[in-house]
Amino acid sequence: MMEILEGSHAVAEAVKRCRPEVIAAYPITPQTHIVEALASMVADCELDADYICVESEFSALSACLGASAAGSRVYSATTSQGLALMFEVCFNVAGMRQPVVMTIANRAMGAPLNIWNDQQDSISLRDAGWMQFYAEDNQEANDLHYIAYKVAEDHDVLLPAMVCFDGFILTHTYEPVDIPTLEEVDAFLPPYKPVNILDAKNPMSLGMYATPDYYMEFRYEVEEAMKRARKVFADVGAEFGETFGRDYSGLVEGYRLEDAEIALVAMGSICGTVKDAIDEMREEGKKVGLLKIRSFRPFPSEEIKAALAGVSKVAVLDKNISLGQKGAVALEVKDALYGTGTEVLDYIVALGGRDIRKRDIRAVADLAEKGIGDQFYGLRTEVL
Amino acid sequence: MDRESELFQCGHRACGGCGPALAAKLILKGTGPNTIVVASTGCMEVFSTPYPETAWGVPWIHSLFENAAAVASGIESSLKKQGRDEHVVCICGDGATFDIGVLCISGAFERGHDITYICYDNEAYMNTGIQRSGATPYDANTTTSPAGKCSTGNKRPKKDMPAILAAHGASYVATASMAYPNDLIRKVQRAVNTPGPNYIQVHAPCCTGWGFDGSQTMKIGRLAVETGLWVNFEMIDGEVEHVRKVANRKPVEEYLEVQKRFRHLFRPKKNEEEIAKIQAIADHNAGAFAVDRN
Repeated sequence: MMEILEGSHAVAEAVKRCRPEVIAAYPITPQTHIVEALASMVADCELDADYICVESEFSALSACLGASAAGSRVYSATTSQGLALMFEVCFNVAGMRQPVVMTIANRAMGAPLNIWNDQQDSISLRDAGWMQFYAEDNQEANDLHYIAYKVAEDHDVLLPAMVCFDGFILTHTYEPVDIPTLEEVDAFLPPYKPVNILDAKNPMSLGMYATPDYYMEFRYEVEEAMKRARKVFADVGAEFGETFGRDYSGLVEGYRLEDAEIALVAMGSICGTVKDAIDEMREEGKKVGLLKIRSFRPFPSEEIKAALAGVSKVAVLDKNISLGQKGAVALEVKDALYGTGTEVLDYIVALGGRDIRKRDIRAVADLAEKGIGDQFYGLRTEVL
Repeated sequence: MDRESELFQCGHRACGGCGPALAAKLILKGTGPNTIVVASTGCMEVFSTPYPETAWGVPWIHSLFENAAAVASGIESSLKKQGRDEHVVCICGDGATFDIGVLCISGAFERGHDITYICYDNEAYMNTGIQRSGATPYDANTTTSPAGKCSTGNKRPKKDMPAILAAHGASYVATASMAYPNDLIRKVQRAVNTPGPNYIQVHAPCCTGWGFDGSQTMKIGRLAVETGLWVNFEMIDGEVEHVRKVANRKPVEEYLEVQKRFRHLFRPKKNEEEIAKIQAIADHNAGAFAVDRN
């Protein structure tokens, strides 16, 4: 049913329909509206979950790990500093192969303290063994939760997943969202069937320590599961499309790329602005297109290479920076295009909630056309 | 009891005479098989679960050093939703309990989860090579509280964790010792059958870290109680009950002089002043808990 919903509430409605048995969360801006909405649903018996009001994000994810290991579908949400506090647990959840799904309301990292949007938080956890999916709008944020649980819990995957959507820009913005019914979601997402759980009738040890004789093989198996997740995501995304009419079979998605000479590459809500800017530039005869990356982990290198074949210049809009290097997305796109001769230029944009508009996207495309890149875009030089 | 029926099996890699290993065996006799154990990083985790071997005959999970109480919270929550009735029991060292895990423990106790948290207290970080923790007793020599020309070892008394957890409203808090097996087993039974979060702190001498022969573990454990430096008690709803009485309390010297961690108090010459301070701690305990049997 189509409803006008705040992004956070659209996500909460999705989580409700995924029927987590245990929710553990700690409030942090701009994630709070999600966990408040879920608390209300539990209080009103709309959602039959145990809601643990933990004392920190560190405990939130630790409790999710325990509940998942005991056999429950679990949920948490966080952002920025909260995600950083979970850092240690993130690696643990992935290494222990618990299919936890967590929403990240993307926000900048301090210092300086900043509650507004960029994607530095989740990008900084890219090596933790979590899948990371980025939503462009609130419809996609809603839909990706059903998909994330189904992919994470697939026995060929069994990895945790972050569903990332931009703080404030999406979390606090009202948009029309088509929310599936509970019955429709039940048919798409069956109850969680765990493989190994804590059970007194069948005792086993989970999270044992591994010496150099065994450790590498555990890491290798996570990597292999990540590789399998590409296909599983594509299959589940296609199935979702057949069921609900919105296709998510692509780990990437092209927009007016067919004859493009310049391709912009981006993740998240900025893609909407980029599409509008591209429409304007196309009207003026500029051959510009967009490649949206939906899955940052697993990283769709092959799909990117295929989608950008024939493009002469690639301009990546990075809402993050790996300080001392470049933006993380540009680095990885460059790796995907290695050997093709395609020039990849990086633009660090919109950090800490700095606004980015159509005219900025057009300016970036102009810079890319001239071969000027690998820079912060939109700096206020007068305050430097 | 035959070997096969032990829930904590032999063949693990603890030192001969390891107090915590004996404590684990006794704790599981108290919990019984319908139990899920949550472990912290530490000696016990390492000596009992080197992949692909395990000594645990009950479901066991280790996640991190400091989050056992939070992991246990999640497990308890999940079991409740599934209608399952296993006991959820944390078994963690003193570093994980007194220091790095306090946040998670405080949260879990405040929320009132139905879990039993058991600390095996060997009074320092033994897994990393004998560094002081908040549980290290006054004047103990550790690698980070070394006795030296201008130091007599650890400068601070032991943190009072039982009081801290009783203050959280835990209805059952107890101290025990692996040197008093039946008392320990009984307390574990009581804790797991008392609703809500409960805490037991188990004195578990470490022959390697404290510096004594592994054949003397039980004797050292008993001396701690017989001198009044360790008091076995129960706190029911915050009130102390059932203190183990001691007839003719022994001087603390008898406990100190048989452990290398206190050797600097006796060599090159006896440090009467410091030993008197430790005696005062024992005397204070005896007064506070009415330890002496007249």
